[in-house]
Amino acid sequence: MTDVVSPAAGIPKAKSVRRDIGIKRRYAAERRFRAYGIAALSFGIIFLMLLLWSVVSKGYTAFQQTMITMPVEFSQQIIDPQNERATNPQKLMTANYPVVARNALAKLLNVSVDDRVAARAIGQMLSDGVRVQLRDLVVANPAIIGTTQTVTLLASGDIDSAFKGQVDLTVSQENRKINDQQLGWMKQLSDSGALAKHFNGGIFVNGASSRPEAAGVGVALIGSFYMMLIVLALSLPIGVAASIYLEEFAPKNRFTDLIEVNINNLAAVPSIVYGLLGLAVFVNFMGLPRSASFVGGLVLTLMTLPTIIIATRAALKAVPPSIRAAALGLGASKMQTIFHHVLPLAMPGILTGTIIGLAHALGETAPLLLIGMVAFVANYPTTPLDPSTALPVQIYMWANEAERAFVERTSGAIIILLLFLILMNVGAILLRRRFERRW
Amino acid sequence: MNTSLILLILAIIGIAGYVAGARHAMALVGGVSSKLHSRPGYYGSFVAVWAIVPAVVILFVWLVASPIYISSSVRGAFPEDVKAQSQAEQGLSYGMITSIARGMNALTRDEIARVENNPIELRTALGAKGVPLAGDPKPYMVKAAADLNTMTFVSRMLMTIVVLAASVGGAFSAYRQIAPRFRARNRVEKVILGSLVVASSIAILTTVGIVASMLTEAAHFFAAIPAWEFFFGTVWDPRFAAAGSGGSEGQFGLIPLLLGTLYIGFVAMLFAVPIGLFSAIYMSEYASPKVRSVAKPLLEVLAGIPTIVYGFFALTTVGPFLRDLSSQLNGLVTGDYSNFIQAQSVLTAGFVMGIMLIPYVSSLSDDIITAVPRALRDGSLGLGATRSETIKKVVLPAALPGIVGALLMTASRAVGETMIVVLAAGVAARLQINPFEPMTTVTVKIVNQLTGDLEFTSPQTLVAFALGITLFAITLCLNIYALYIVRKYREQYE
Repeated sequence: MTDVVSPAAGIPKAKSVRRDIGIKRRYAAERRFRAYGIAALSFGIIFLMLLLWSVVSKGYTAFQQTMITMPVEFSQQIIDPQNERATNPQKLMTANYPVVARNALAKLLNVSVDDRVAARAIGQMLSDGVRVQLRDLVVANPAIIGTTQTVTLLASGDIDSAFKGQVDLTVSQENRKINDQQLGWMKQLSDSGALAKHFNGGIFVNGASSRPEAAGVGVALIGSFYMMLIVLALSLPIGVAASIYLEEFAPKNRFTDLIEVNINNLAAVPSIVYGLLGLAVFVNFMGLPRSASFVGGLVLTLMTLPTIIIATRAALKAVPPSIRAAALGLGASKMQTIFHHVLPLAMPGILTGTIIGLAHALGETAPLLLIGMVAFVANYPTTPLDPSTALPVQIYMWANEAERAFVERTSGAIIILLLFLILMNVGAILLRRRFERRW
Repeated sequence: MNTSLILLILAIIGIAGYVAGARHAMALVGGVSSKLHSRPGYYGSFVAVWAIVPAVVILFVWLVASPIYISSSVRGAFPEDVKAQSQAEQGLSYGMITSIARGMNALTRDEIARVENNPIELRTALGAKGVPLAGDPKPYMVKAAADLNTMTFVSRMLMTIVVLAASVGGAFSAYRQIAPRFRARNRVEKVILGSLVVASSIAILTTVGIVASMLTEAAHFFAAIPAWEFFFGTVWDPRFAAAGSGGSEGQFGLIPLLLGTLYIGFVAMLFAVPIGLFSAIYMSEYASPKVRSVAKPLLEVLAGIPTIVYGFFALTTVGPFLRDLSSQLNGLVTGDYSNFIQAQSVLTAGFVMGIMLIPYVSSLSDDIITAVPRALRDGSLGLGATRSETIKKVVLPAALPGIVGALLMTASRAVGETMIVVLAAGVAARLQINPFEPMTTVTVKIVNQLTGDLEFTSPQTLVAFALGITLFAITLCLNIYALYIVRKYREQYE
């Protein structure tokens, strides 16, 4: 029969019986699969690096500003020709300071101001902000009229860009904002040391300005600060109270189920919907002022609450039941147990969650656009009810500006925003490391 | 007295009540606190709660109710011819009366007597005080303004008296109740519990607020524009919202916006899903703990970057890069160096949004993949499957419902994302399928319609709320369905 097989023939046959399970092919597939994983992971990380690099490389120059240091003659002829400053206080406010600065620069360059074209070109090398700079000097000390002082003035945004090498000089001069003559003067000034880059403190303190060289995030920082304060003051107590109720007291019924479902859904509602809510309820219905950081704070509070509630509940859950049992066993009431023992132990987790929630709120833009925080605000808000902007909104407004110099400003503002976020997140991580307890 | 001063006084009464209550309780038992039912602080808190809570509630109700009452009684006193006018015009008149009233507070008594019967002079007098008026005041307005001022004054006085009386009275009656066997702690704890319940119902209030506010405003919109024209219209051309111009009503078709939203979201998911999913698989199945501890936080940094930063990145880096790349490619192939990808396009916005979504996909699916029981993997590996086969044939099918849930949640983020599309997708509402051309989304249009001067009466503004409720409904459905799937899946292993 066929199952009688001669042993001599069986040995080679057994070898060929071993099924081809495609081990090579399968291992190749394994390696490919693994490579896909590495590729995906690297792709994400590379783009993170690319994003940060693109922002930093564009923005680090914003922290330096080109300025011109020169002797300025505060000529009575120009500032106050009729010598009426004693009687008319408006005189010093409205005097023609740009001409004072222009004349000083022309003198430094040995160009006659009678040459109208050249004088105009020289005037364009200085920022419009010199009007305010010189006015503040004169108003603070009217005695300097008639004297010559050495003053450091802002160069115009175009000069600033050119000096930082951001202007493509191969373009013919009709097509760029700065002509060859001005470039020559710029070179002359920088060789003599009059024109140099200084640390740009203005970007941290100035308000909105249509001139990039004078624009800063000062107002936006204060607006964001007020909002963070309001968010912290409202969302932390409300969030903690809500989580304590839901985690420790709430009976299992329809009402608490409804709250649970609500919180989970609110955490996923798009932020712009909160902006619509703020506009309809706070601004339109309650009549609170538009553009105010108070309204912004309220909107961001509602937006942050679900995050804080979810984090707090996790922190409360992590406190072991033995703590509660011990406190209750010693005669504490339920309320005392929670407030005296559970809550302090859960506090690091709660604070970590709060800081992360605040960091999200700090970077949020869309709802603030809707409640009118896209306003041109040049003055510091003194109360949270005054018009103001916020840091991310300022970034949005600058990103929409056409001028090249604003790209640098925008990136600079993003760097500031990211620094704050890093600071908050590192704080949260340290807090977690320092106080985290394993039970 | 202004409100903050009243609040300050209430706080002082409260603190005084606390101290007095605690001392009184101790004095009653001669300093032996064990004879008291509760710790002395609870007696103090009991007094403080009675001093502050009712008074603050009264204050709040008064502050909300009195302006409504005053405005309706001032409007009720309007002459008949004014009452016959439209609501909007009555609103304007009322606005003028409030500014006159504000201005009259700045005038001295003599000045008021002089200008009272001379409306034109009143306008100049108020202008000099820095209160500009929109038009010449009519005589009835001056009278109404005076009434308004008196009523406001009386209301403030009454409020101050009532609130302070309530505070002192509450504190006093609570103080009288203190006795050694009085259960102060239980009372105070009840109040605390009540405030916890109130805090947790804010979540419900927010949802109710979102739905109610958007529904009412959207209802105003649908009164002007039929709902089917909005939901099924294919042309988006809202025109401008000029105040008072009735004739130029635009077309408000949702379809182009909705398709733009879904298209950009789809492109974003096309990038985010494979990358995020493969990263999650690699991190949970292959990576050593060391790699994982570095790579996971790095990916999470992507989630922490504000979306405005992504928008700026798309606007200044990705968009121009894709545009130049396309013109180079076109030049190499056809010799014609014109770009076929616009700087603002579906691709730009979708790609950058995809990067933003990677960490959401990866961290959500990482959790789900890790939750697949060890035994399933061991069984498969023990039968001789390779790791990738185990993942493809065992782990992923087991995790599939959860991953689908995670992807739905991510999709709802993509639909609701605003800042990236505002900066990178363009504003032209068009119906087309070329991913290299700009399209626009629902969120972009909400921002466009609501920035700048607005009037809460024109359909151009109100349409934003109709768009908002659509957006809310879409994301809500996605999320509820995702949660449903995730929950159902979780029960399988328990």
